[in-house]
Amino acid sequence: MENLLSIFVKSIFVDNMIFAYFLGMCSYLAVSKKVTTAVGLGAAVIFVLGITVPINYLLENFILKEGALAWLGADYAGIDLSFLGFIMFIAVIAAMVQLVEMVVERFSPSLYASLGIFLPLIAVNCSILGGALFMQSRAYENIGEATVFGLGSGVGWFLAIVAIAAIREKLRYSNVPAPLRGLGITFILTGLMGVAFLSFAGIKL
Amino acid sequence: MSTSTETVKKEASEPIFSKKRLKLITDPLNDSNPVTVQVLGICSALAITVQLKPSIIMFLGVLFVVAMGNVVVSLLRNIIPNRVRIIAQLVIVAGLVSVVDMVLKAYQYDISKQLSVFVGLIITNCIVMGRLEAFAMGNKWWPSLLDGIGNSLGYGGLLIIVAFFRELLGSGKLLGFTILGDATAKTGLYSIGYVNNGFMVMPPMALVIVGIIIWVQRSRNQKLIEAQE
Repeated sequence: MENLLSIFVKSIFVDNMIFAYFLGMCSYLAVSKKVTTAVGLGAAVIFVLGITVPINYLLENFILKEGALAWLGADYAGIDLSFLGFIMFIAVIAAMVQLVEMVVERFSPSLYASLGIFLPLIAVNCSILGGALFMQSRAYENIGEATVFGLGSGVGWFLAIVAIAAIREKLRYSNVPAPLRGLGITFILTGLMGVAFLSFAGIKL
Repeated sequence: MSTSTETVKKEASEPIFSKKRLKLITDPLNDSNPVTVQVLGICSALAITVQLKPSIIMFLGVLFVVAMGNVVVSLLRNIIPNRVRIIAQLVIVAGLVSVVDMVLKAYQYDISKQLSVFVGLIITNCIVMGRLEAFAMGNKWWPSLLDGIGNSLGYGGLLIIVAFFRELLGSGKLLGFTILGDATAKTGLYSIGYVNNGFMVMPPMALVIVGIIIWVQRSRNQKLIEAQE
């Protein structure tokens, strides 16, 4: 339990997707003009990361990894399919996003209306594939840890995009030098926020 | 088959490097730079720029993937059904990236370890998908190839500028060679009290440097300035 909590907090603050690894920056910069849309996209990212990371975890450990096919019988124990990793992960992500979109549309039209346009965008959000690849390289012990890691990364991304959207809303009333307006000042702000997040780096749970 | 022969015939009527075509390469270097103007491919542009060498390797990887992906998608653009085009493009790109990953693991294992997940993340690098969607789906293979090369040059140029400052100011080296002297032995600049800026090695400084590059670029090129929101 302690272990799970530690992974959760670590993936939100210390290994924040945006401030430590710059993943999902494209949509982070494009969809952070208003807080309400930022909340919608952030929620969709939490949702999709929480689903795709455990699925990719199962895929990695029961199909792709060297020796992972041992459950089929001793003959298959020596097979290493890890070269298929990228294609499998991205296919799972694209398919899951499509599936999630259909399920949400069927069972919760109101949620669909608020997330609707963002869901298809998420398939090419780097933070989703990044979640799968970090899960692979950090070799989590069981599916619980992988799920918690996925959710935590999603929450970290959510916090980052909502925070920058709030700042950008306020920024409208300030006098930014013309060439720095828009994109430039957003970069510098994100850098400053990243410096603030660096202070979490020493925390050990 | 017939479509590809037609393409070749039409190509012959226009010079291979006509002015319009050359613009495809030169535009992304400044006026429509993928990173600072189109806001594409930022994820990987920042994370790997602590040192110059991985940035150059990353640039070559992206150059290969964008150029080849553009060509392949452009050749297949009339065959791919519109509804499944995103998945089809993703599979093509993922295949190309797997090739890059394997080549890196075979010949540059240390760099491959250092880049870790960011090689795989070329797949979702928005430059790749962005150019496939915006250009290759509607153009023939030769302009698509030029467009791919131009955009990855714009991307690589920015990568190299950022990495240059971060490695020089952060650790006093370039490509691993000592430039400013030895920090521990206090030679060169360090003998007169110069200190490495440890901040440059941290991820947030990459963002600030890109912000400053945008500032400089836009004050030189007034038409890129954004309107007040």
